[in-house]
Amino acid sequence: MEENTKNINCAEEKIKKEINEILEKYTQTKDNLITILNEVQVKYGYIPKVAQIEISNYLNIALAEIYGVITFYSRFTLVPKGKYNVSVCLGTACFVKGSREILERAKAKLGIEEGQTTQDGKFSLDTTRCVGACGLAPVFTINDEVYGKATVKKIDEVLDMYMAKE
Amino acid sequence: MGKTIEDIDNIRKEKRKELDLRVNINSDSIEKHILVCQGTGCTSSKSPEILENFRRLIEEKNIENVRVIKTGCFGLCSKGPIVIIRPEDTFYSMVKPEDCEEIINTHILGGKIVERLLCKELNGAVVNRLDELPFYKKQMRIALKNCGVINPEDIDEYIAFDGFKALEKVITTMSQDEVIEEISKSGLRGRGGAGFPTGKKWSFVKAENSEQKYVICNADEGDPGAFMDRSILEGDPHSVIEAMAIAGYAIGASKGFIYVRAEYPIAVKRLQIAIEQEREYGLLGKNIFGTDFSFEVEIKLGAGAFVCGEETALIESIEGKRGQPRVKPPYPAKYGLWYKPTLINNVETYANITRIILNGADWYSSIGTETSKGTKVFALGGNVNNVGLVEVPMGTTLREIIYDIGGGIPNGREFKAAQTGGPSGGCIPKEHLDTKIDYESLAQIGSMMGSGGLIVMDDTKCMVNIAKFYLDFTVSESCGKCTPCRIGTKRMLEILERMCDGNGTEEDLYKLEKLAFNIKRSAICGLGQTAPNPVISTMKYFREEYRQHVTAYECKSMECKALAKIKIDEEKCRGCDICKKVCPVGAITGEPGKVHTIDQSKCIKCRSCMQKCPFKAIGC
Amino acid sequence: MINLKIDDKEISVPEGITILEAARQANIDIPTLCYLKEINQIGDCRMCIVEVEGRKGFATSCIQKVEEGMVVHTHTPAVMEARRMVLDLIISNHAKDCLTCTRNGNCELQALAIKFNVLNIEYEGERTKHKVDDKSPAIVRDFNKCVLCRRCVGACKNIQNIGAIDCINRGFESCVSTAGDNSLADVDCTYCGQCIEACPTGALHEQDDTAKVWRKLKDPDVYTIVQTAPAVRVALGEEFGMPIGENTVGKMVTALKKLGFDKVFDTNTGADFTIMEEANEFVDRISNGGVLPMITSCCPAWVRFAEKNYPEQLAHLSSCKSPHQMFGAVIKSYYAKKFNIEASKIYTVSVMPCIAKKYECTREEMEQDGLRDVDAVITTRELARMIKQGNIEYTSLEDSIFDDPMGEASGAAAIFGTTGGVMEAALRTAADTIEGKNLGQFEYTKVRGSAGIKRASVNISGKEIRVVVASGLRNARKIMNEIKNGKADYDFVEIMACPGGCVMGGGQPIKNSKTRSIVDVRKLRAEALYTIDERSVIRKSHENPTIKTIYKEFFENPGSETAHKYLHTKYKKQEKYNI
Repeated sequence: MEENTKNINCAEEKIKKEINEILEKYTQTKDNLITILNEVQVKYGYIPKVAQIEISNYLNIALAEIYGVITFYSRFTLVPKGKYNVSVCLGTACFVKGSREILERAKAKLGIEEGQTTQDGKFSLDTTRCVGACGLAPVFTINDEVYGKATVKKIDEVLDMYMAKE
Repeated sequence: MGKTIEDIDNIRKEKRKELDLRVNINSDSIEKHILVCQGTGCTSSKSPEILENFRRLIEEKNIENVRVIKTGCFGLCSKGPIVIIRPEDTFYSMVKPEDCEEIINTHILGGKIVERLLCKELNGAVVNRLDELPFYKKQMRIALKNCGVINPEDIDEYIAFDGFKALEKVITTMSQDEVIEEISKSGLRGRGGAGFPTGKKWSFVKAENSEQKYVICNADEGDPGAFMDRSILEGDPHSVIEAMAIAGYAIGASKGFIYVRAEYPIAVKRLQIAIEQEREYGLLGKNIFGTDFSFEVEIKLGAGAFVCGEETALIESIEGKRGQPRVKPPYPAKYGLWYKPTLINNVETYANITRIILNGADWYSSIGTETSKGTKVFALGGNVNNVGLVEVPMGTTLREIIYDIGGGIPNGREFKAAQTGGPSGGCIPKEHLDTKIDYESLAQIGSMMGSGGLIVMDDTKCMVNIAKFYLDFTVSESCGKCTPCRIGTKRMLEILERMCDGNGTEEDLYKLEKLAFNIKRSAICGLGQTAPNPVISTMKYFREEYRQHVTAYECKSMECKALAKIKIDEEKCRGCDICKKVCPVGAITGEPGKVHTIDQSKCIKCRSCMQKCPFKAIGC
Repeated sequence: MINLKIDDKEISVPEGITILEAARQANIDIPTLCYLKEINQIGDCRMCIVEVEGRKGFATSCIQKVEEGMVVHTHTPAVMEARRMVLDLIISNHAKDCLTCTRNGNCELQALAIKFNVLNIEYEGERTKHKVDDKSPAIVRDFNKCVLCRRCVGACKNIQNIGAIDCINRGFESCVSTAGDNSLADVDCTYCGQCIEACPTGALHEQDDTAKVWRKLKDPDVYTIVQTAPAVRVALGEEFGMPIGENTVGKMVTALKKLGFDKVFDTNTGADFTIMEEANEFVDRISNGGVLPMITSCCPAWVRFAEKNYPEQLAHLSSCKSPHQMFGAVIKSYYAKKFNIEASKIYTVSVMPCIAKKYECTREEMEQDGLRDVDAVITTRELARMIKQGNIEYTSLEDSIFDDPMGEASGAAAIFGTTGGVMEAALRTAADTIEGKNLGQFEYTKVRGSAGIKRASVNISGKEIRVVVASGLRNARKIMNEIKNGKADYDFVEIMACPGGCVMGGGQPIKNSKTRSIVDVRKLRAEALYTIDERSVIRKSHENPTIKTIYKEFFENPGSETAHKYLHTKYKKQEKYNI
């Protein structure tokens, strides 16, 4: 138990240090908030609590306001995403070509709802509004990989492939 | 040290000669250029690998006078990845990384066209050249002029095609008022949605007396299924930045911001490169071209909020806040970014500016209709053969775009509706296919220009379900600030959900209409005020479909699963038993040779029986 | 002046005012909900929409300014229909348990429902559900009653500059909450309670301690002693429809006796103790090179703010407990002994204009000899509710006076309830103490008035004493930053967390938006306190005979060991967030 707490503290200290390295690059003006959050999100895959507090102190913005900003923009998340983030495009072009069914299939196969992460932390499921590959509609992505002209069969196969991976 | 006008001129002359083969099919250049689209669409289907393969092969085989160039979007995304060989303008579609070798061997070295990679028309005809494709025939490229022609990461290539000529002309020979006058005269209107006259907007900001003013480029393209602005930024970023500098000169601002979605990593990267290159050349920064005019541009990233496309929400977001719109008036021209006078135009609007300055307002205003001048870029998508980016003169009809350019509806289906304006727009039915597209005509038929998303829907689509789709989008993208949008759109969605689930009533139709009407008038911002449009327009043109959902509890297109009823036509059924065998849930009964029936309580509407019935006896 | 027409009425109003203000000047009522003058003007509820001729869509009257020649229509059928829809939508997402709500009868949403004759809800649907946050001893947050007007956010963020609460999430899921959606108890909330005063509904309210008090009142084995703060008496009447700022101290004492309290004392006496100790501490710091400037510590929200935000500067705070805590300690020690009451059987209740006092009385250091100084704190509002519960017709009560011997207090103590009052009271005593004689000087008017920060300089015995009075935490922060950055050139600072001081405390009767925009509530209540001071026979704390007696019999002199034991306290750094 004690060991655990110690580990958590160590991890927090490490993040704190890294965050401050990020913060140093920016002037202490409020308009940098979203840019900083974007950088933190990319680095960690979510916005850790200690990062929020460090940013709050650095930019002199109330923590609740920062939390309000994080929860406003869908790109920011408060919990880490899965190792493989499956994202089904629900843009109109994909929607009219049946992306809803792809999503339903992904949900059923992964056993999670959109916005959730599987218990083992391997998969998370999201929806997105247009990844810009409308020519390939319907489209889903896994991390940075785009899968176009998707069918229920195709997502099945792709997910099977990832499930077999580490 | 920044470059002088002469320096830039020299670059232009030299580079233009070098790049003549890009635009001149009869060029006597000894070089060949292999252009590989590196827009988001083609990138998604491995075009970076194709680019790499070409480069590797050329190096391995020691081929001289052939260069591989990354370009922006060519437009015909559904045929991607696209590779074009210049100067002969050979258009290869759906190229795979493993095809590179054949193209090099057969085309580049062997001088023969790789027939199998050419684009095939619907009638089977093979098309050799890009400009022979029907897809391009009715198009007119102004905003997209450089897209697919130049390497967006090389400022010299931009300069070669008249880059920074407009900026030079403006700051060395024109007064602020003359610039605004030229833009006003051109008749250019905002391409972001509402179509406010651009020149007028500029003059409002110019008229404000303030030490500090700002120019903003709205690149927060959020319509699901729209990618015009992204393609411009990916394919021709300098044209937007140059236009911002021109705007800055005209209104008296020295600082600009480009607010771009973080979800557009390629566009962001190309913008960053473009800004760096311009700074290096002194085309951004202090005393541009040795004049008193200074201008700087900074990129601000959005973080996934559709509402930030609304100008005041965008301003709040740049300031580091939640993107919640402000009440207007006062407009940003008076109190904008940090409450300073601010000009906001969208990407496509800026992309027109340099052409207007160079070719003149009269040229520009000769294109288009009475009230809407120039061209408009559309992201054509949905149930249409040629999905992609098209730029057409205002006044082109929907039919021309969908059938002549888009190649019509695939799978032999019928056209049902076209949706423009995204979640703010409306669905346009068959009877308006011949409407000449401009701001006014679209508004008149209950839609709007919007930023340029154009989604085609075939007759398998349920319009109640489509309305539900858009409301679902609005509800999840509402900022939550004002009551009508926060709760009102949610209630509209709930009513639509009831209808699609078979729990709707006739009273719901009336309630939905009333809500839509009042939300439209009382919401704070453009997003809320236009959120009901998809419902209003579908109720107007497809009312019978709505009625069927709430009176007969029927969804003819069967998209609403709870309502779909698959039936066997007694007249046509021969009792062949095939349907009984394919039904995965055993919902079909009937003795061989006799009429079969479907147990509706068991049917899961998978349509397997419909597809398999040899007598087309099963339908809905 | 701007000439415009509202509902066919030609009017001329000053430039720069809003359509709403212009309409009100012309006696035309426009309903509002999210609007709270100077605190929240964001136009998000859409109740105040009007039609302006020549303008597309509706205008937002609480924000948009009047323009020359404007023609406004405030009650067209279109406007009425849209407003009715807006109200319907708000109610559709509201917990409609009005009968069991603290704001029943004083709710702006309820008032609108009556005004619009809402007999049915047309657009029922899903409601946002949230758990109630009642972890803190002071504030309860029930988002199920929130209408998302954000007036509380305006009060917390813009006025107080704390920002403990803000709007989180997006769209239908939007709500007002804290960082990480945690309890107010675990974040940077100071419990000033200005959010409650701003709330139009029952979404924010005090922890109700009336049941606890009733139980003790009914228990024959418990000796209940109640004390009332100065600001309560000039506001309690408002809860019974009496004018704002009317001093109903006589009725209040009668009511408390009727409720069954064994003794009814005046916190003002406690305030006199505070002055004795605080003035002494100040003189001591001045004379013996103590930490300066010294800052008052009567306000528990301010103390919590300091402990969370300026842990390095806590030595500046006076070690004095607040008046009611001092008085509680005196009751359970000196008074119990003198009147032979078993101290453990005494239950002390403080009636306060404040909700932070609820938290203060639970602080672990607020006890002596194993006995809590104060057992329960109820607010002015809760006392009013108890009086109603007790079937007491407040307005027709006879007057009575506080119980002897602890009821007598100075005029100096009375003005504790307003910004600048503690400073003025302290200066009266400090001046006499330094001079060693009665100076006859009572009024230090430079520290009076509504300014958020008042700076003054007082000459005492040839020495310039520079003082600063700050009210509202935004101003407190400014002063603390000056101190932190070594820019403080003053000796004595009074800080009250609520803008205007305790008369505007978070436990005071809640005034609706319209009242707050047309009446200066602070001024009326503060004036009533200054009137009490003026009419007092004794106007300086050290001249209060009760105080003199108790010092003679018990504490010996200010700052003595006994005084420190019962009347002083310590501060320690608090984590800003426990999340």
